[in-house]
Amino acid sequence: MKNITKLTSHEIREGYKNKDFTVKEVVESFYKNIDEKDGDIKAFITLCKEDALKCAEIADSKISEALANGTFDELPALFGVPIAIKDNMNTYGVKTTCASKILENFISPYDATVIKNLKEQGAIMLGKVNMDEFAMGSSCENSAFFVTHNPVDLTKVPGGSSGGSAAAVAGDLAPISLGSDTGGSIRMPASLCGIVGMKPTYGLISRYGLVAYASSLDQIGPMTKDVEDNAILLNAIAGHDEMDSTSANIEKKDYTKALINDVKGLKIGVPEEFFGEGIQKEVKEAVEKAIEKLKSLGAEVGTCSLAACKVALPTYYIIADAEASSNLGRFDGIRYGYRTKNFENLKDIYKNTRSEGFGKEVKRRIILGTYVLSAGYYDAYYKKAQKVRTLIKKQFDDAFSKYDVLIAPVSPTTAWNIGEKVNNPLEMYLADLFTVPINIAGIPAISIPCGKDNNGLPIGMQIIGKHFSEETLYRVAYTFEKSREV
Amino acid sequence: MEYEVVIGLEVHAELSTKTKIYCGCTTEFGGDPNTHCCPICTGMPGALPVLNEKVVEYAVKAGLAVGAQINRNSKQDRKNYFYPDTPRAYQISQFDLPLCINGGFDITLKDGTTKRIGITRIHIEDDAGKLVHDTYTGGTLVDLNRAGVPLIEIVSEPDMRSAEEAVAYVEKLKGILEYIGVSDCKMQEGSLRADVNLSLRPVGQKEFGTRTESKNLNSFRAIEHMINFEIQRQKEILESGGKVIQETRRWDEATGEGYAMRSKEDADDYRYFPEPDLMPIKLSDDYINNIKENLPELPERRKARYIEELKLPEYDAGIITSSKALSDFFEEASKECGNPKAVSNWIMTDIIRIARENDIDYSDLPFSAKRFASLIKLIDSGSISNTIGKKVFEDMISENKEPEEIVKEKGLLQISDESAIKEVVDRVVAANPQSIVDYKAGKDRALGFLVGQCMKELKGKGNPQIINRLIMEYLK
Repeated sequence: MKNITKLTSHEIREGYKNKDFTVKEVVESFYKNIDEKDGDIKAFITLCKEDALKCAEIADSKISEALANGTFDELPALFGVPIAIKDNMNTYGVKTTCASKILENFISPYDATVIKNLKEQGAIMLGKVNMDEFAMGSSCENSAFFVTHNPVDLTKVPGGSSGGSAAAVAGDLAPISLGSDTGGSIRMPASLCGIVGMKPTYGLISRYGLVAYASSLDQIGPMTKDVEDNAILLNAIAGHDEMDSTSANIEKKDYTKALINDVKGLKIGVPEEFFGEGIQKEVKEAVEKAIEKLKSLGAEVGTCSLAACKVALPTYYIIADAEASSNLGRFDGIRYGYRTKNFENLKDIYKNTRSEGFGKEVKRRIILGTYVLSAGYYDAYYKKAQKVRTLIKKQFDDAFSKYDVLIAPVSPTTAWNIGEKVNNPLEMYLADLFTVPINIAGIPAISIPCGKDNNGLPIGMQIIGKHFSEETLYRVAYTFEKSREV
Repeated sequence: MEYEVVIGLEVHAELSTKTKIYCGCTTEFGGDPNTHCCPICTGMPGALPVLNEKVVEYAVKAGLAVGAQINRNSKQDRKNYFYPDTPRAYQISQFDLPLCINGGFDITLKDGTTKRIGITRIHIEDDAGKLVHDTYTGGTLVDLNRAGVPLIEIVSEPDMRSAEEAVAYVEKLKGILEYIGVSDCKMQEGSLRADVNLSLRPVGQKEFGTRTESKNLNSFRAIEHMINFEIQRQKEILESGGKVIQETRRWDEATGEGYAMRSKEDADDYRYFPEPDLMPIKLSDDYINNIKENLPELPERRKARYIEELKLPEYDAGIITSSKALSDFFEEASKECGNPKAVSNWIMTDIIRIARENDIDYSDLPFSAKRFASLIKLIDSGSISNTIGKKVFEDMISENKEPEEIVKEKGLLQISDESAIKEVVDRVVAANPQSIVDYKAGKDRALGFLVGQCMKELKGKGNPQIINRLIMEYLK
């Protein structure tokens, strides 16, 4: 049998059913692996070992009971399955730091809706994982606490901002994890660590309890070892939530039903703008090869143009930073979180708390966002960005009138060296070139591994679909995944 | 030089919904600090607002009641600023697409003339918390019970030209909001407060002068005093050749003076932008029409009814109907005693006076309409005179007793026993023969003197009609 920590969630479930191991053994195996490997990988900020083991015991007794009664199949799919949570989702009684000094000791008074759902379904939280501070970054190097390393090559970045979530899964420290994606923060690290990451349609998953970076772009999503796990985890967290006004009120779907190994007749569009300048040769070739593969399996392939995506990056940084400058105003040292010791009046509290509490990248984005919303600049920046946003949406709509899905690379390059881009924010921003348009349009995209570069570093491709077409994305991803196993 | 005053008002009214605007916490006034709160109204990381639909309904009601147009498509925006009473560091308000626009109504002035005051817009927003100075530690504490209580902001056109007009406008507006039941409008509790924009310009000039904004006035008296102070202040500046600075000011009713808080130069840039956590508000014609059809009787309608059916003077009817509480008091007391004219007269004099003197709302009068009606009944039945009635009225307030009880305890019952009165009249006439001569010589005042002397002997309790009649018998 495979090492427990190498298993997917559906394999773990099979194991419970066959009494191969107990939940306690599974949870302990992961903590053992964390003990051994996380000193190098540095994925976890907080571990919840005591609670997790208690939950495991309860889960074990329920599983034994269910097995005895022949009702095991009625247990939720993630019952007794360990999970790692990105540290920007509120977890009752557990620290929620956003990898920021300003929330270093913040213990959340409530559960995010996704956490509530996972708890109700019996998933077991192993701990909270590292990220770029407030989800701002593409390498996980912007954490106020430490840098997470790519488990595939520890000298490389894991990607960001959900670097801890990706590294935990890729490094066998957790079978599944939750990340959040504002401009590529799930797909980019999934691609760099060689796992599967889905950025669902905006509104599919409640954002209630997700510490906001850019409210109109943020979306929680599943990060897993394979496509099947991804669909299982999405099932567990998708659905309408009255606590989030932007949550879509649509019928609940079973995404595992979309795991069909067949793409015959499916129309795939290849957006030219995503294969141009700045892209690493091996990445381009791997994605093109994957498209050829799908073509050989019966898909129809054509090209399309998404010209407006050329300005997606500035558009993204205007909208995201504007919203961030407002969303992060609440971290003021008054009610919770870090407060400066150096103050004589209210203005000092604000200024010094925020100067000392936020990292460089966060401050950079707050300043930029404040600027673009300022009187006299609003029309030139924010308003114009909203117009471009409409245009980008329209161009995607046009593309989807011809194609079922679009396929493109996720990151222009494979994982880079730790420290390589930290002093060059613009170069770092370019890493998100292919992912931000998807958030701007509010559509879903899944990142799946499609090859390796000459150094053995993973390459990811993203399958992009129209609003609420996650099922189609899973079908294509599943078919491709299966074709690689043969 | 003669100056014209230009005044525009921004009135904030707390809506009387049961729960807050973006969460399920209670809006109840008071409560131990920070007990009416949750992750949403305390601005916890990750918490999201969900709009309370009642707030939209109440704001639309208010809009329709002041004759405004209702926007079918409106949205909410963030107004960003740092202050400890604002937990998210932004207020959710409405910037360029408010729920209601272009309304207005007529106000009636003391000289009986009417004037139309336009309403630019009404929008919804959330209230801030409260800062409490802690005398024990010398620090400032934050109470977020009020944070998230729904408000409407009603912005007038710069149509008012005096303190009287401004007060009349706020009184009328308050009445309307009370009538439709969207706000309790308790000014002392801060649930209705006004910001006053004021400028002066030379008579005949079209352009407005530089204005100042005085914030958070929470009584009619304060509005009046503040406006008169500010007029005088600006006038003195202009007359001495100076320039009025555009600034935000604070009025201190206790000292009777206004203070500059900040000038426009260092005013906040609120960086408004559409609230991404909330969907646009879309209203159907059916929704709006349904609210329109179910609006209760508005003050204008009541006023007309008082004038036509009860024959009240227009001015009195206007004053009484300006407050729903006062008007409800009037209706109940009139029904109870059957003498609306008398009730109206008492309201116009004594009841308005005591409410002003004690700075209390008409809903908090120290006696019920029923108790007050008993007083009228005592007068109408001749049990006490009008003059004694005034005394009983004062005692009713200070002693919190039924008027019958006061009359009985203090022996104030009117003397209508003719023989007892005659005895006194005989004595007074005998003692003042000159008065009889004077009266017959055409000096009518002599009659008044004699009646007064009799009343004095009867300690004010004599029935004035009987005294009059008996004296007249001597004078014939």
